Amino acid sequence: MRAGSVKDGAMSTTPTATTAAMAVPRAPATEKAIAPAPKVLFATLMKDLRLEWRSKDAINSMVFFALLVVVVFSFSFDPTGDDARRIAGGLIWVAFLFAAVVALGQTWAREIRNQVLDAYRVSTAPANDLFLAKALGNFLFVTVLEVVMTPLFVVFYNLRVIGPAYLLPVVAVLGTWALVVNGTFFAAISLRTRSREVMLPLILFPISIPALLGMVEATKIVLTGESSAKFWIVLLAVYDLVFTTVCLTLFETVLDAE
Amino acid sequence: MKTPVLIAIAVVVALLAFGLYQGLVVAPTEQTMGDVQRIFYYHVPSAWTGILLFTANFFASIWYLFRRTTVSDSIAVTTAEVGLVFWTIVLITGPIWARPVWGIWWTWDARLTSTLVLWLIYVSYLIVRRFSSGGQTAVLAAALAVFGFADVPFVYLSIWYFRTQHPQPVIGGGGKLDPAMWHAVLYNWLAFIAFALVLCWFRYQLERKQRDVEETLALESLLEGSPR
Amino acid sequence: MTPTAAAVPQAAEPVPAVVLTGLTKQFGRFAALRNVSAEFAEGKLYVILGENGAGKSTMLRAIAGLLRPTNGSVSVFGAQYGGLDSGRWILGQLGYMAHPSLLYDEMSAMENLIYSARLHGIDDEARCSDAIRLVGLDPALNRPVGQYSQGMRQRTSLARALLHDPRLLLLDEPFSNVDVASARGMVQLLSHMRDAGKTIFVVTHQARLLAQAADEFVWIHSGNIESRVTTLDLELVQ
Repeated sequence: MRAGSVKDGAMSTTPTATTAAMAVPRAPATEKAIAPAPKVLFATLMKDLRLEWRSKDAINSMVFFALLVVVVFSFSFDPTGDDARRIAGGLIWVAFLFAAVVALGQTWAREIRNQVLDAYRVSTAPANDLFLAKALGNFLFVTVLEVVMTPLFVVFYNLRVIGPAYLLPVVAVLGTWALVVNGTFFAAISLRTRSREVMLPLILFPISIPALLGMVEATKIVLTGESSAKFWIVLLAVYDLVFTTVCLTLFETVLDAE
Repeated sequence: MKTPVLIAIAVVVALLAFGLYQGLVVAPTEQTMGDVQRIFYYHVPSAWTGILLFTANFFASIWYLFRRTTVSDSIAVTTAEVGLVFWTIVLITGPIWARPVWGIWWTWDARLTSTLVLWLIYVSYLIVRRFSSGGQTAVLAAALAVFGFADVPFVYLSIWYFRTQHPQPVIGGGGKLDPAMWHAVLYNWLAFIAFALVLCWFRYQLERKQRDVEETLALESLLEGSPR
Repeated sequence: MTPTAAAVPQAAEPVPAVVLTGLTKQFGRFAALRNVSAEFAEGKLYVILGENGAGKSTMLRAIAGLLRPTNGSVSVFGAQYGGLDSGRWILGQLGYMAHPSLLYDEMSAMENLIYSARLHGIDDEARCSDAIRLVGLDPALNRPVGQYSQGMRQRTSLARALLHDPRLLLLDEPFSNVDVASARGMVQLLSHMRDAGKTIFVVTHQARLLAQAADEFVWIHSGNIESRVTTLDLELVQ
């Protein structure tokens, strides 16, 4: 009887001693085989991207949410000329922030179902690889969102960049990473609390305020060309460095908190 | 209550009273703001005390992450709660001061805004503690405390720079402090530290007693079902 | 309690597979494990029995390193969890399987195993398909695991657990929802693995299946090991 149908089929052969000995996957004799770091990270990232591509859960909800925010905000002020340029920085990042929270909230959703995290913990794969893979995945999703939404912002709010436009991608990368790295970590913390969906923004927003200030101000400065954004860009870079280090140092502890 | 505790409370009350005297009577009246400025003697020492307590929380959390002792976790929750009390005092005295002087309750000035952000961070810390279950609470909270404390320099720096770019009325008065006023500030600070220590002590005792009860009940259930 | 002596005389003192020392685990006020001390030799098939809530799964999770004991310690192949020499390498020696399938419902069995293999540093896809065939499933089946029947999911879970050729296999209720014929096939598989030198712990309510194959039956009651016997009193089980 072939065990190929979706219905439960009995085992096709009864393994004899010899077939079992041949068929049991044999490991190489090295006792201390540990998975090399970039491979695990890459494998996890690819898996997540593949699964997201199939379901498009995160991307769809993010884009739609950002769009809603843009439209609703447009009711609160008149998006013409000078005013728009001054306010747009804040608006754009608020929209991205809210949309990012949607993505961050489901970072670990697939790992929680069926307790997949246990499988990760009982393997030699280092916890930080899992964290970085998740953070990078979120970073990519939010960046895709930004790339999709920015032209819309330019159109809706009649934006023209007066300052050095090449700084905008720099701000975007640094700012997005600041949100995503902490957000991925706090999403892991909120896994173990009640009111999971509320807990993530509740922890993330206060701690992210310096970074948010940096993103908003830097964007505004570049759009209006009024002064130099250097201070904010350096602040964002240092913020990213410090908090990435803190996340990497503490992630395994939080993963094993049981 | 035991005698040393009563003595400590008496000392604290005396210090607070003395500080009050210093602040309201001895210190000279400020020339531009008048007597309202005296709230400064509560606003500033509360802030300094709060910072001390949050720093203690940070070190207790780090200690917990390394050693996982109940003592360190108890200290962490105690200092966070008491620190938040003082921090709330800062947030309340700020607007009370601002209103008569500048006619507005709140300005998003650098210090007050930073205070608010820090307040939010530690409130979120306490909420996580409340909302998480069982043995995980201490670990998660300790991790969050590290994040919160690491954020402090960024909060102050970013908001300060933001405000130099977009100046607003400054609550808390910049500029130098008359030497005669320093006495009032320092005495009050001393009194507040003593007050904070007593509060922490009570809160800590409460925490320990709660844990003792938990452990006793746990031990009971442990011994109850011994093998037949 | 010391385990029964091995039949084959050993040249040197072999390191026991698992040593529990004063292992206690409390969840709030509830004591799941109470001061358990035991040694388990390598190369044997242990069946863990007991009523619901007795602490079987908790003990398995403690051995897998998924729990931090409230008190006491666990050591696997001589290395203690949380001790100085507990490198990640112990984890490479463990295979764990439990009631939640530890699989991604959205991926097929083969995709799940390939990913799991990568976590262990294994790039060989052939080993993945071998493992799947070993539990009686078809590696070419492209359906997501979420669409499998419970029994098939169980078997895929088992394949994932033994993919990296672990020295110690920890299985929590591997036969639940599996039909009798397949279950017997799995028992034979486990038997052969034990003969090949693996140490296997099986928590189950269906002890009859393992009546012949098992080396030892460990009865857990109220968080402690009540008895360890080499033959099964069939009246005590279903």
